[in-house]
Parts: sequence; structure tokens; C-alpha cells
Amino acid sequence: MSQPLLKVVDLFCERDERTLFDGLAFTLAAGELMQIEGANGSGKTTLLRILSGLSNDFEGEIYWRGELIAKMRDEFLSSMLYFGHQPGVKGMLTPVENLQWYSAIHPALSEEKILAALDAVGLKGYEDVPCHSLSAGQNRRVSLARLYMNTAKLWILDEPFTAIDKRGVAAKEKWLAGHVAAGGSVILTTHHDLTSCGPVTKINLDQLMGT
Amino acid sequence: MAELCTNSAEISLGQLFSAVLKRDLLLSFRRKSDLVNPLIFFLMVATLFPLGVSPEPTFLADVAPGVVWVAALLATLLSLDGIFRSDYDDGTLEQVILSPQPLMVVCLAKVMAHWMTTGLPLALMSPLLGVMLFLPMSAMFGLVVSLLIGTFVLSLIGAIGAGLTVGLKRGGVLISLLVLPLYIPVLIFGSGAVQAAVAGLPLAGYLALLGAMLALGIVLAPLAISAAVRISVTG
Repeated sequence: MSQPLLKVVDLFCERDERTLFDGLAFTLAAGELMQIEGANGSGKTTLLRILSGLSNDFEGEIYWRGELIAKMRDEFLSSMLYFGHQPGVKGMLTPVENLQWYSAIHPALSEEKILAALDAVGLKGYEDVPCHSLSAGQNRRVSLARLYMNTAKLWILDEPFTAIDKRGVAAKEKWLAGHVAAGGSVILTTHHDLTSCGPVTKINLDQLMGT
Repeated sequence: MAELCTNSAEISLGQLFSAVLKRDLLLSFRRKSDLVNPLIFFLMVATLFPLGVSPEPTFLADVAPGVVWVAALLATLLSLDGIFRSDYDDGTLEQVILSPQPLMVVCLAKVMAHWMTTGLPLALMSPLLGVMLFLPMSAMFGLVVSLLIGTFVLSLIGAIGAGLTVGLKRGGVLISLLVLPLYIPVLIFGSGAVQAAVAGLPLAGYLALLGAMLALGIVLAPLAISAAVRISVTG
């Protein structure tokens, strides 16, 4: 494991003439769990959007397995799973239909595991209920079910535990720990203290805030 | 470690296209008001026009090709904002852009679904409006075929505008401004085809021109649409 999975060199980003981070550098090895910390507005979501390739508004270099990410885009995207602020769940569709759609657009998600994944996030019995009649937490659980049905190596999770109850959070933490133990990597932001995930690498954006 | 591989299942472009198409059609059939809205607008224009101008059959037959075509164009324009709006708002577009699938195919499938839920029903309903406006029976074929081809071109062009404005809170007005100039050629040749049919002239030339626009649109518009969507989401 000499080659880090993800390597960030000298990352700089500013928003509205305010420097969010300058000279940010870190590496993420396979089997590592990284938590991005920082106050509201410190650029956690911006950083995750940059890492996932959703935003090109930055300077610096990001390497995926030793190659510049721009050159490896397709390979990077098929081994990465991003969970953003909006759950990406259609209210008019049922949880099963929502997940079928995700497995149709992402090769790392397998359709056979949908029912097992919904069971794992505690939505057994809600498979055929339209998502608009589910609660906010349940809607996020539908989206989180993608974690239980994919083979992607890197997970980028932006506030995955928002609106999830305590027992759900504990179960998700265990699942993240399992993914990391199997050689996968996780980058996440959360205001929640990770207790049962094993070793956590932390990056604090408050200290990096520019002058 | 063994199960953590990439590209476990390759997805063919055809499967991707049909998956997007199926989902979008399912969504619009679950939300019927969006489906009926352009049709009601279309019907209302044809109903109100004779009341506002003149109920004279010879006059109405003269203007019918233009009125039906303009009504279809505006009905399409009304529905454009919906192509990407809900997918943008709930984060689905982010996921689509982050999937390794070509965005172009997804966009083309979404435009196809939009046409099947607006342009296609408009074209199929147009003979009814033709009858209401005293359009001669001989012109019905030209009306339906020109609308079938023309509305698809309208959907393709409109989706570029919809993609560009989806990131704005209120993009509705801007879409019209962006898209209307590009709609004018389609309108001219579309209503020209119907007028030729009324006069008993051959239609083939007009329909061939519309077909050429459609061919060009299917090849080039997805490039522009996917670029527009990418700018809106990542910008």
C-alpha cells in the first residue's frame, strides 16, 4: 500500500474574496477514515465538492492513485460514491424505484442488493411507499441505502447523519468501520462525534482558514 | 478486499437511455397536472382566438396554420423549465454528473421523455384544433406531421435554455429570451408546411427542412445541453 488512494497538494479555494483554505495538503490511504471538521461556513462542503469533482473552482492538484484526477476521471467516478446535502430522492417514486434508478446510472451499485440495503437502513415494509409520504430522516435513509449496495472504493459523505436517529447513526458508523476494514476509504463531514468507527484522521479547516 | 473492485457491471448506453426515459415518463405520469397543463393551454388558445378576433370560417381557415403552430410553440415553452428543475433541486443532477455515464445520453433521454409528454400529445391533439379553426381536412396530415417533427426540435433547443437557467432561482423569463430566437426558423417552416398543405402544394420540401433541423438537433443539441447542465451544477 505504498500508493495513497487520494493525494491533495497545495489546494487553494476562495469564496467571495474570502480564502477558505490555502496550501491544504493531505493524503488518504486505502483503509483510512477521514473526518473534515470546521465551523459552519468554513468550507467543508466546498472541499468535498472539489474532491468529488463537482466543483472546478480551485487551484492546486488532486491525484487519484498517483495520477492527476482530471486524466482519470472515468475511473475515479466509477470507484467513488458521493452523498451530498440533498438526498437526491424523488418524492414521487418509491424507495425501490429510486434505488433502481441509481443502480442504472452507476456501475458500482448493484440492483440485486436493493431490498437487502433497504432492510439494512431500517426501511423494511416501506419499499413501495412513495417517498413524499416518508419522513425527512427516512428519505435520507433511502439515499444512504446506496452505501449498502455498492462496491465503490472511496465514499465521500457530506453530513450523512443529519436527521438520522441515534440507533441509525450507530449502525451507519459500524458500516463505515466495516468498509474501512475491508480496504475502502471514507471522507466525511459531520458534527457528530464518531465513537465506533475505529481510528479517525481529522482535518480541521478552522486552523487553515487563510488570512 | 475481494469485493471492492471497480466497474463490477458495465451498463450499455441503450440500457442507460431506456432507464432514464422510463423514470422520467413514470415521474410525469405520477404528476398528471404537469402532463395536462400544456394541453389545456393549447386548447384554450384555440378556443379563445375566434372569440377575440373573428368567428368567420374563411378568416379562421386562413390563420389556422399559424395559430395552431404558435400555440404549440408557446405550450412547449411553458413546460421547458420542468425538464431539469426538480432533478436540480433534489440533488439528482449532481449524482448524474458524478456517475461515470455520459451526460449526453442522459440529457437526450430526458429530452425524449419531455417530447413524449408534451410534443407528442400536442401533435396528436392538433387535428381537433384544426377542426375548431375550420382548417381543411386535406391539411390535417401536414399539420400533424409538421408538429411531430417540429415539437421534437423545440424540445431539443429548449432543453439547452433549460440547462443554462436551471441554476437560477427564477429562470423562466430568461429561458424565453434565450430560446425564442432559435424557435423562429422552426415556426416558419412548420407553419409553412401547413399553409402549403392548405394550398394543395407538395409538402415534401418543408418536411425535409424540418427533418434536417431535427437531424442536426439530435446530433448537436445533446452536446450543448450536457455542457449547459454541467455549468449550472458545477458553477
